[in-house]
Amino acid sequence: MEPSNDESSSDRSLDWTVHLPYLHPPYASTVTRAPRRRLVPLPECLASVTGPAFGAGDVDALDDDLTRNAVRTGEPLGERIIVIGRVLDGAGRPVPNALLEVWQANSAGRYIHGHDQHDAPLDPNFTGTGRCLTDADGAYRFTTIRPGAYPWRNHENAWRPSHIHFSVCGRNFLERLVTQMYFPGDPLLVLDPIYNSVPDERAKQRLLAAYDHGVTRPEWALGYRFDIVVAGGRRTPFEDYHR
Amino acid sequence: MMNATRRQTPSQTVGPFFHDTLVSEGGNILVEDATRGERIRIFGSVLDGDGVPVPDALLEIWQPDARGLYPHTSDPRAEEADEAFRGFGRAATDNDGLYWFETIKPGGPAPEAGAGQAPFVSVRVFARGLLIHVVTRIYFEDETNDADPVLSRLDPEGRTSLLARREEGGPHAHYRFDVILQGPNETVFFDV
Repeated sequence: MEPSNDESSSDRSLDWTVHLPYLHPPYASTVTRAPRRRLVPLPECLASVTGPAFGAGDVDALDDDLTRNAVRTGEPLGERIIVIGRVLDGAGRPVPNALLEVWQANSAGRYIHGHDQHDAPLDPNFTGTGRCLTDADGAYRFTTIRPGAYPWRNHENAWRPSHIHFSVCGRNFLERLVTQMYFPGDPLLVLDPIYNSVPDERAKQRLLAAYDHGVTRPEWALGYRFDIVVAGGRRTPFEDYHR
Repeated sequence: MMNATRRQTPSQTVGPFFHDTLVSEGGNILVEDATRGERIRIFGSVLDGDGVPVPDALLEIWQPDARGLYPHTSDPRAEEADEAFRGFGRAATDNDGLYWFETIKPGGPAPEAGAGQAPFVSVRVFARGLLIHVVTRIYFEDETNDADPVLSRLDPEGRTSLLARREEGGPHAHYRFDVILQGPNETVFFDV
């Protein structure tokens, strides 16, 4: 078990020993986009402990299966995988009814996005987009295709390691996280400025999915586990914020 | 049940390819016919430190209804909140770095929340090049902002950066709110 972050994060929601504060020159786009002024502390208030509620109306039946939700002529190509995990708050409590949205490149390393110019084939049966809600235990499950690595123009011969983008909307304004899940043992990780923007080595490890043979389904798909811990969770939901 | 304290998962950039998943048609329109309150359009640009429009930013807003109520269990008055207003919207910037929302003017916080609090909209901005999103607030220049405890702590430039400017245009009020990520006119961003 890792130590509590209570001291390092003081009374702030975001733990700044985990999240790098914006400017990270090896990731070139941060140079003109990273704020340079000091962030202004904002006391917890009603606006931050509330947030939109998500429910069944926000997801469709096949949204959590990226191998089936875009099929036109047949199955998508590539290595089928299952990704499961739980969304937890900083107190280790499950976050139920969190909206998870994922997007990723196909097995050839190509996004369906119109601005992706990588010379790799699109897959007519794969859009690489999915969503689901966590259950009462904060658990989620996606079935998808392992994404390929792809080049980007950040520096000479730059390649992004295989990754799946995760967007998490929890129960309130503070429980909001956008991150990327990586695969263990990927040789591109040590070369990637985005993965390496995270200042703390153990924090970086939390971006890696773990291969889980118990999740792997025989004759079907490899299984990975990726738990997500969002900010918040220092207070119970019933304290009075009208003070 | 005992749960161990868990350290946060690091944020990673939203990157440039989020649109097909995070942006849906109408996601930037928060109002429907039954929604109570004054219709407004909030629009503006997202600009980088060179003043160049950011064409791949995502904005999320969260606001109370016209009477200042949030439809959430942490708001003691949630049961009275407008059922025709979810209070949440998403908009991506276009190729010119422009975004817009159709919403209503938010009501102010309840008086017991503290004297002088002005109405505002909470904003998160995600973009390629932002390793973690930024958080800011939209206040309205035509509201009584002088006694607001958050605005009062800011220097004049910072305060100005959070005030949406009213412009008359079309059937209802337009408010311009630019997000300047970096530089001398940098928008105030909050550590929440």
